[in-house]
Amino acid sequence: MEYFDTLIVILQSTVRVSVPLILAALAGLYSERSGIFDIGLEGKMLAAAFAGGAAAAVTGSALIGLGAAILVSVFLALVHAFASITQRGNQIVSGVAINFIALGATVILGQAWFRQGGRTPQLGEGARFSTVELPFAAEIANVPILGPIYSNLLSGHFLLTYLAFALVPFTWWVLYRTRFGLRLRAVGENPGAVDTAGISVTWMRYRAVICCGILCGIAGAYLSMAMTAGFVKGMTAGKGFIALAALIFAKWKPVNVMFACLLFGFLDAMSIRMQGNELPLIGEVPVQFMQALPYVLTVVLLAGFIGKAIPPKAGGVPYVKER
Amino acid sequence: MSDFAIELKGIDKSFGLVRANKDINLSVRKGTIHGIIGENGAGKSTLMSILYGFYQADDGDIFIDGEKTVIKDPNAAIASGIGMVHQHFMLVENFTVLENIMLGAEESQILTAGIAKARDELRRLEDEYELEVDPDAIIEELPVGLQQRVEILKALYRGAEILILDEPTGVLTPAEADHLFRILEQLKSEGKTIVLITHKLREIMAVTDEVSVMRRGEMVATRTTSETSVEELAELMVGRRVLLQVDKGPATPGDVLLAVEGLTVRDSRGVDMVKDVSFEVRAGEIVGIAGVAGNGQSELLQAITGIRRGTKGRVLLNGEPIRVTGHADPAELRHRGLAHVPEDRQHMGLVLKFDESENSILGYHDDPKYLNGLFLNIDAIRKDAADKIEKYDIRPPNPRLKTANFSGGNQQKIVLAREMERDPPVLVIGQPTRGVDVGAIEFIHKRIIEMRDAGKAVLLVSVELDEIRSLADRVLVMFDGRVVGERSPETGEGELGLLMAGVEDAKEAAQ
Repeated sequence: MEYFDTLIVILQSTVRVSVPLILAALAGLYSERSGIFDIGLEGKMLAAAFAGGAAAAVTGSALIGLGAAILVSVFLALVHAFASITQRGNQIVSGVAINFIALGATVILGQAWFRQGGRTPQLGEGARFSTVELPFAAEIANVPILGPIYSNLLSGHFLLTYLAFALVPFTWWVLYRTRFGLRLRAVGENPGAVDTAGISVTWMRYRAVICCGILCGIAGAYLSMAMTAGFVKGMTAGKGFIALAALIFAKWKPVNVMFACLLFGFLDAMSIRMQGNELPLIGEVPVQFMQALPYVLTVVLLAGFIGKAIPPKAGGVPYVKER
Repeated sequence: MSDFAIELKGIDKSFGLVRANKDINLSVRKGTIHGIIGENGAGKSTLMSILYGFYQADDGDIFIDGEKTVIKDPNAAIASGIGMVHQHFMLVENFTVLENIMLGAEESQILTAGIAKARDELRRLEDEYELEVDPDAIIEELPVGLQQRVEILKALYRGAEILILDEPTGVLTPAEADHLFRILEQLKSEGKTIVLITHKLREIMAVTDEVSVMRRGEMVATRTTSETSVEELAELMVGRRVLLQVDKGPATPGDVLLAVEGLTVRDSRGVDMVKDVSFEVRAGEIVGIAGVAGNGQSELLQAITGIRRGTKGRVLLNGEPIRVTGHADPAELRHRGLAHVPEDRQHMGLVLKFDESENSILGYHDDPKYLNGLFLNIDAIRKDAADKIEKYDIRPPNPRLKTANFSGGNQQKIVLAREMERDPPVLVIGQPTRGVDVGAIEFIHKRIIEMRDAGKAVLLVSVELDEIRSLADRVLVMFDGRVVGERSPETGEGELGLLMAGVEDAKEAAQ
């Protein structure tokens, strides 16, 4: 039973740390499927986390915080869109610029406004998201096996967590069953086909990038207003890049994205759990090694185990009408 | 109602300083096939792009079915019943046929209902026009002929009454092209109007009712096809008399300079692209390799010229073997007298961002005559380039101009000048006139014959059967990686066409 409880704890924490990855990776999916590479997921998430934390701290309302997070993230997404769609600039450069702007601006503004070394004030009840207990969670908690799974693993998460997992099938449905999805996939593969079919390539791509902004906004809000209670500088800690890796790992497919993010989340949860514990045969493993493990595995997995990941064919290339 | 499906009046269009279309007038009769011919850069594609709403004309009016119409984007063109089959297919390659046909005409936000309707409509169109294609097939798995059919179906699905086809036969086998023309006839008999853009005179003569000729942005003439001739059209296109037949005497073959023995080439997917191919090329003869694109000719060329590694077999240059299966060295081959004009000049023959003079020495840049110690002797290089420019009539005659700014024909001349002026004993040429206009074709063909007459061994690969037949002294046909036959260039087109399609006993089948 002890191992089972440990497993439940690890899985629970897997879900918790996977949520921002799933949201960010889905955000990237919308953008990249439309042909706009987005290396700025990290920056958008960070800026959103700050905006959410700051707005919630000032107004005391989680919803206003979420709104502010989405607003700021969409604004940055639009900057990226303007640079890479309208101005046909380099998408990587634009994405990197957004990461740096977010990294710097959050610290400077945080210090100027709150004077807590780049943090936002601790959020109280009401200003942050609270967890949701599923019906009868307490009643069946003591049922063996199923009880802990239901009460501890499925119940007791934030609304945003359920939203993130619901977005996975929703995104699949949007991509493969709606007109928007058909055009989105087409514009990332052959914008010429979309253009000659009488659809605006520019508008399609802007819409995709806005979707990306909204999801990054939610991911950021989750970080500063649900997972923790307040913004800490650099709190995304590479999650945007891990999400990007998961997206490639998942070959740009929504359901695969979820599993890839859960895998990376699981490695992360394991590394937290294993810190300070002795492993059989090996003995105590340095904390740094465990922390590095998800990244090492990412490299290994991406380098060898997933076969060829073929990105959307028109990805990264600004659309210019032919002669 | 009007007799004319399309009338263009005084269409003008400039890109910067270049006037692509000058005061164009064009009338296309309803229910006819109307050809538009002209050399590359004559403004055909620009004109059609204006008609399809890709560009706005600077001046002039468009009348569709007698009504003045403003076509501000492709949507407006589709709404006026215009459909276009682009030269480079506008298909999403990893989509199904059905998804491609629906794209932009989905009917509602959620696809389910639209899919069923599209499926029915597709079946109806297939029956009506004999355009069979599996709606659930993935585009990239279909042969190009079928992909083109999907493009036509796409236009018909959107209710096109006027169908514009831009260079539709460039990628097709002769048999596929014939099939396409039968489809066009069928569409015509159903009352559709067809505009066919091409630079192939033979096609114009074969299928069109009327033909308009463009030259340097102007519409220079419109003729009834039955009352004109290939010679007249060629002259109208180029603006001067053109020799369509290549003038050449009989070959006087000498020693074997290039011998290929049992060559097999496997590509990165592990598929044998060239299978046990053997042949010889003698001094003073042109051996032509005919075949539909993608049957191993490119891989054969690349293996012979040291760009790609062969898996088995030998290649002898001047009696000496070259390292085909090991790490071959194209530079070494050059020094041993094998010059190569690659099939794809823009990717393999030239660096488009370089000056013309830099490209004119590419690959020979270590020749002492271009060097000044460790450095390039820029003056010598420019002087050398200027000489070649004069000799090959490369226009504009400016060795310092960026290569990308030359037309296709002139770019090809730059490559030819570079390789031919080395006076190599063996010359391997891929697609010498792909995307090159009629005037330059004549020049290039003449130069190739001159090389032969000077006693060089020439290996020529071309997907243009006419070109092979008029230049080569012997014709090898490749199909599926094998040489399936050797014929004399006088062999009928039907027989060669069948060989190219893999029918081995082509002679009987042709009869």
